[in-house]
Amino acid sequence: MTDTEIYQALEGVFRDIFDEPIELKPETSAADVPEWTSFNHVNLVVASETRFGVRFSTGDIEALKNVGDLVALIKAKLAKQRK
Amino acid sequence: MSSPIALHWLPELPDPTAAFHALRDTADPRARLERILAIAQHQLDFVQVGKLDRQLERTLAELPEPADFQPVRLAWLGSSTLEHLLPGARIACLRRRLLLHSYLAPYGQYRQELLDPGSALARWRPDVAVLCLDHEHGLVDPGIGATRDEVVAAVGRRVDELRQIWRLASEQLGCAVIHETTPILAPALFGSFDRAAAGSPVAVQARLDHAIAEAAAADRVALLDLATWSSRLGSDTWFDPVRWHQAKQLVAPPLAPLWGDLLARVIAALRGRSQKCLVLDLDNTLWGGVVGDDGVERLVIGQGSAAGEAFAAFQRYARQLEERGIVLAVCSKNERAIAESAFTSHPDMVLRLDDFAVFVANWKDKATNLRQIAETLNIGLDALVFFDDNPAERALVRAELPMVAVPEVPEDPAHFSRVLADAGYFEAVSFTADDLARARQYQDSGRRQQAFESATDMNAFLSALAMRLQIGEVDAQSLARVTQLINKTNQFNVTTRRYTEPALRGFASDPSSIALHFRLADRFGDNGLIAVVLARADSAAQLAIDSFLMSCRVLGRGVELAIMNEIVERARARGVREITGEYIPTARNALVADLFARLGFTQRGPGAGGGTSWTLAVDGYAPHAHFIRTGEST
Repeated sequence: MTDTEIYQALEGVFRDIFDEPIELKPETSAADVPEWTSFNHVNLVVASETRFGVRFSTGDIEALKNVGDLVALIKAKLAKQRK
Repeated sequence: MSSPIALHWLPELPDPTAAFHALRDTADPRARLERILAIAQHQLDFVQVGKLDRQLERTLAELPEPADFQPVRLAWLGSSTLEHLLPGARIACLRRRLLLHSYLAPYGQYRQELLDPGSALARWRPDVAVLCLDHEHGLVDPGIGATRDEVVAAVGRRVDELRQIWRLASEQLGCAVIHETTPILAPALFGSFDRAAAGSPVAVQARLDHAIAEAAAADRVALLDLATWSSRLGSDTWFDPVRWHQAKQLVAPPLAPLWGDLLARVIAALRGRSQKCLVLDLDNTLWGGVVGDDGVERLVIGQGSAAGEAFAAFQRYARQLEERGIVLAVCSKNERAIAESAFTSHPDMVLRLDDFAVFVANWKDKATNLRQIAETLNIGLDALVFFDDNPAERALVRAELPMVAVPEVPEDPAHFSRVLADAGYFEAVSFTADDLARARQYQDSGRRQQAFESATDMNAFLSALAMRLQIGEVDAQSLARVTQLINKTNQFNVTTRRYTEPALRGFASDPSSIALHFRLADRFGDNGLIAVVLARADSAAQLAIDSFLMSCRVLGRGVELAIMNEIVERARARGVREITGEYIPTARNALVADLFARLGFTQRGPGAGGGTSWTLAVDGYAPHAHFIRTGEST
């Protein structure tokens, strides 16, 4: 998957969790989305895992600062799967 | 996906995106609530459950106390995160027309709240409390070296504590109590030997579970048996250690829809709202094959084939349900005498006629028959579970009688019992001598009165089926299947004339005759080749229907009307003025004794074999109205 494809798929995930379209940029973070609570953060993580068929570790999740980090993480996981 | 996690007893939601858009755009709250209820009767994953729950929240803000929904006030008493389970529980309650209001006791403070009569919890006045204690909180640890007696004593102390909590809840709050059992999550210390080492975490937990179940039964506390469900799907599925350490969630979010349903069915059982009666179809549900066509001796049931064994196992499960107090009934499209003969004369049949409180076998639509069954038993339609392998019948009942529980039925009979069990329709919170006697009582009262009349207007349903009838000549390609249908169809068959392949080929190759086959598809899929009509020219102006037969699977949908229109049109194109037909009675084709009358023919006298002879003037024929699109097959 290219970065663009990952962003597009992620926007679908965000739309499902927040019920509204959110334009995702690398720097988008919880601070930009009022509904992005710690509760919804877990839902986002689980929905992303389901959508991309990957698993994040506890360390992965703690290191996430923004959407750019999330995309990079997904990309790395997908690349690992291909090997 | 066919898994309990996906709620596999519910039908799939055909177009989730469109359904959620339509929901969001529905302005009237009552209409929106009905839409939410309709969507809730489908398979939903945890994200979809969350979306649906947000629409429910929005709707209830506008319409706080909707009629026809029963409120439930549930206090959640837990030692870990439960918030993520709320949407699934609310939607699962809604599925049962229960509106769940929740009080979430602050994380791990349920004990203080229970002890203080002035606490927020006490003031909130729940009518049910669910106690969810995680594996770490509920831990009993007598030490790995503990003797059996020491373990028993430690478990006993823990159970006493729990009983005290239950008593506080039921006495202080005056509410029913549900206790969630805890799955075994401890990693193995010895391996399989853990089970035998009295002090190992695995053995201690197993002993504790057993003791809790016994105490709960004695104290009339209901169980939400997560431990058994955990072993059913695997604790690795239910429990995600990453989620535990990230958010203290014992139940992984993807399992929330199933967990919610498990909770909701216990709440429904506490309210006496579990289903009471299992209504079973016969052909391809209790046995393989169609008794009216195949005959009793050729039914697939019992030893001799894997499918036969699977059908027998399903019958055994139905009988077990009957023994615990679930009423059994039959609702089948069949000649009653033929359907009954399967039970009286097949040696491998597990169920017997007297296992059924009501036995309905006729050709009326099943919604009408289900109403009659409920009336006969004097129970609500919402007490019925309707189990039928035919998706069109299931769709009809769901559309006509949304209060009847209609589980999906897998293709393979090997999975029937499991899907029915997973659906949890018959959830109970107690088992008494009355339950044991109940099935028998219903059987007696059911046998006393069994009369069936009245039909439902089904036009809307038939129209929504979007049926398409494809007409084709009997040709080399279709010859085998047509011959097969001609030779096995016994019920919808006016003359029951049998043909071999060569004889049929000869018939079809005569340019003056008509030999047509019909395929029917609907929005559920292709029913395949379902009807055959053979007609020969008695003269240039006269056409005689030699054979008119149809599979019983598509009865009651007006297919024969569409077929007749087609025949008349073809006859007219050939200059035919008169079409004749004959009905030759057999032991099995009483169903079509009046077919020609229904199709617009006039009786002209007695016919061969004690039957009747019919005529139709092509000029005076008014095409029948039906809901089927027709076309030539390509």
